[in-house]
Amino acid sequence: MAAEGQAPFIRIEGVSKSFGKFTAVNDVSLDIMKGEMFALLGGSGCGKTTLLRMLAGFEQPSSGRIFLDGQDMSGIPPYERPVNMMFQSYALFPHMTVEGNVGYGLKHEKMTAAERTGRVRQMLDLVQLTALAERKPHQLSGGQRQRVALARALAKQPKLLLLDEPLGALDKKLREHTQFEIMNIQERTGITFVVVTHDQEEAMTLADRIAVMDHGEIRQVGAPTEVYEHPSSRFVAGFIGSINMFDGDVKHNGAGLTIAVPSLGSDIVIETGSAQSGDKVTVAVRPEKIMISRDRPECANAFQGVVKDLGYFGKDSLYRVVLPSGTLVSVNSVNTTRGSGSRVAEWDDKVWLSFEPSAAILLRD
Amino acid sequence: MAEETAAGRSWFNRRGWRDLIIGVPYVWLLTFFLLPFVIVFAMSLARRAELSPPIAFLDEWPWIRGDNFARLFSDTLYIRAYLTSIWNAGVATFFCLLIGYPMALGITRVSKSWRNILLMLVILPFWTSFLLRVYAWMGLLGNNSWFNRGLTATINAVIPSEWALKSIPMMNSNFAVVLVMVYSYLPFMILPLYANLEKLDMTLNEAALDLGSRPWQVFKDVTLPLSIPGIIAGGLLVFIPASGELIIPSLVGNASDPMIGRVISDQFSSARDWPMASAVAVALLLLLLLVLPMMVYTYFEGRAQAQGEARP
Repeated sequence: MAAEGQAPFIRIEGVSKSFGKFTAVNDVSLDIMKGEMFALLGGSGCGKTTLLRMLAGFEQPSSGRIFLDGQDMSGIPPYERPVNMMFQSYALFPHMTVEGNVGYGLKHEKMTAAERTGRVRQMLDLVQLTALAERKPHQLSGGQRQRVALARALAKQPKLLLLDEPLGALDKKLREHTQFEIMNIQERTGITFVVVTHDQEEAMTLADRIAVMDHGEIRQVGAPTEVYEHPSSRFVAGFIGSINMFDGDVKHNGAGLTIAVPSLGSDIVIETGSAQSGDKVTVAVRPEKIMISRDRPECANAFQGVVKDLGYFGKDSLYRVVLPSGTLVSVNSVNTTRGSGSRVAEWDDKVWLSFEPSAAILLRD
Repeated sequence: MAEETAAGRSWFNRRGWRDLIIGVPYVWLLTFFLLPFVIVFAMSLARRAELSPPIAFLDEWPWIRGDNFARLFSDTLYIRAYLTSIWNAGVATFFCLLIGYPMALGITRVSKSWRNILLMLVILPFWTSFLLRVYAWMGLLGNNSWFNRGLTATINAVIPSEWALKSIPMMNSNFAVVLVMVYSYLPFMILPLYANLEKLDMTLNEAALDLGSRPWQVFKDVTLPLSIPGIIAGGLLVFIPASGELIIPSLVGNASDPMIGRVISDQFSSARDWPMASAVAVALLLLLLLVLPMMVYTYFEGRAQAQGEARP
């Protein structure tokens, strides 16, 4: 991540984009630093792709401006921007070989034929596709096509690389591998990457910083841990990972915050948050931060319930516990021991749930 | 009820039934295309006779003769007619492509509802009789038509008065033949081209723009190469019928410079020389078979390239 105080490499200044009556992007302002791996995260129709297309130059903002390396990009067509894009569908030219695809953008660069071949070789080395240089795209697997698309987008050594759902079309095993490959390449080339994705795991592993988008607006910008552990709103908390949310009233603010939560059946104490007594708030706790046990634990916040659902995922289990108030609480617990008795509880068992005062998040909207 | 359906399905799936469905078109083609062709080919090796039908084979071995084919080469009428046909059809195909390509491309770039309207307009001329449309052109091109007089007056207005024209001789010329053929066959070029261009992935154009190509370079590097199958298909659909065209050259063409369709027709009807007419027809088919493999080869080349896009 870039140091504080440095001028931003990309400055998005009050950018909006409307298609007819529909506002796809609404007054977005964002600074992205040089060499950063930045993710735009959101559900479909949240405006992330439109924002990416405005960076590429395929769409012009309805209002606001985009600066790249200090230069105003207004009215500059895609073919004159020092920006390249890796398309979600890869958009490889079917009538050209791998080599032809990777070298296509270099046709317009002022360089000798030898330099061009050299650059293409270098790019193919980078994505480990040298052996397949003569193949046509239809002779490649999905993962290989993805790498050709990446090499093609990198060949012109752009100042900014845009990736639209880079792992979307790959299967799970390949995704994990490719994820680290992309991170490696980003580190080696030092190019600024902006990734668009709807997959929060992908955004969390890839990106230095994440912007969570919803309805054309940015809801929160921050490092993955920040967005995950300190979500600023109910939307962000719910969008990134799963979370339990309980409404309550602040009772008093002393050593920690005491909150009356009717759905939990008792007062709870949490560590963080500035709130006045009487404030209406939401307490959010991640499923993996709730402990499940058969005996009453030594913990400030403990409640009793009955296991209603149980999902076994191998390395961990997901319990859905119903409280006397009828509230369902999701709890994630790692299966630390082997064998069929490894689970803490079974269906219809009475269990205790508990979480530390530091585990809860205080949300106000 | 369910059992009946299952029984019906098994009956439908029976091998004999499937073979019948596949077989009928083959039998049809065999009976009404291959058999007549064999008859025509046999006729081309016979001689003319005052009989009904007016053909006769030789009385002794080898029963057939190749004189008709020899005449194709000795009589310049035939060679000229072939050349005129190929030339007119070629020029018509070229202009159909020149006019049809931008039209097809344009149709793919408008909204869905406009697309249907424009495609409808392309097909609309078929609602009127082909013959009627050619007659309409005769009315337009003739020396005394309002169109010809108007065009003449316009040209006279800009050129020096000593060169003033009485009219523009458009009728009964190869120009008229090509013009009317381009008009008549244009939909056959536009439709396959449209079908091809419409399938092309627009993100490929964006990818090329993104990699630094200007719009015209995108067309040259991406759209044009990927539309070769459409160009070949449209080209064949125009070139083949145009090269054997009879009605257009008969109505607006130059009688002293006939196309091959006219020659065949004349030999059959006025000259009653069926064997010669058959020889001309067989030779035309062979000529097209020479031209076609070249085009078909290119077509499959293009298909192999387009396949990358078709397969996910």
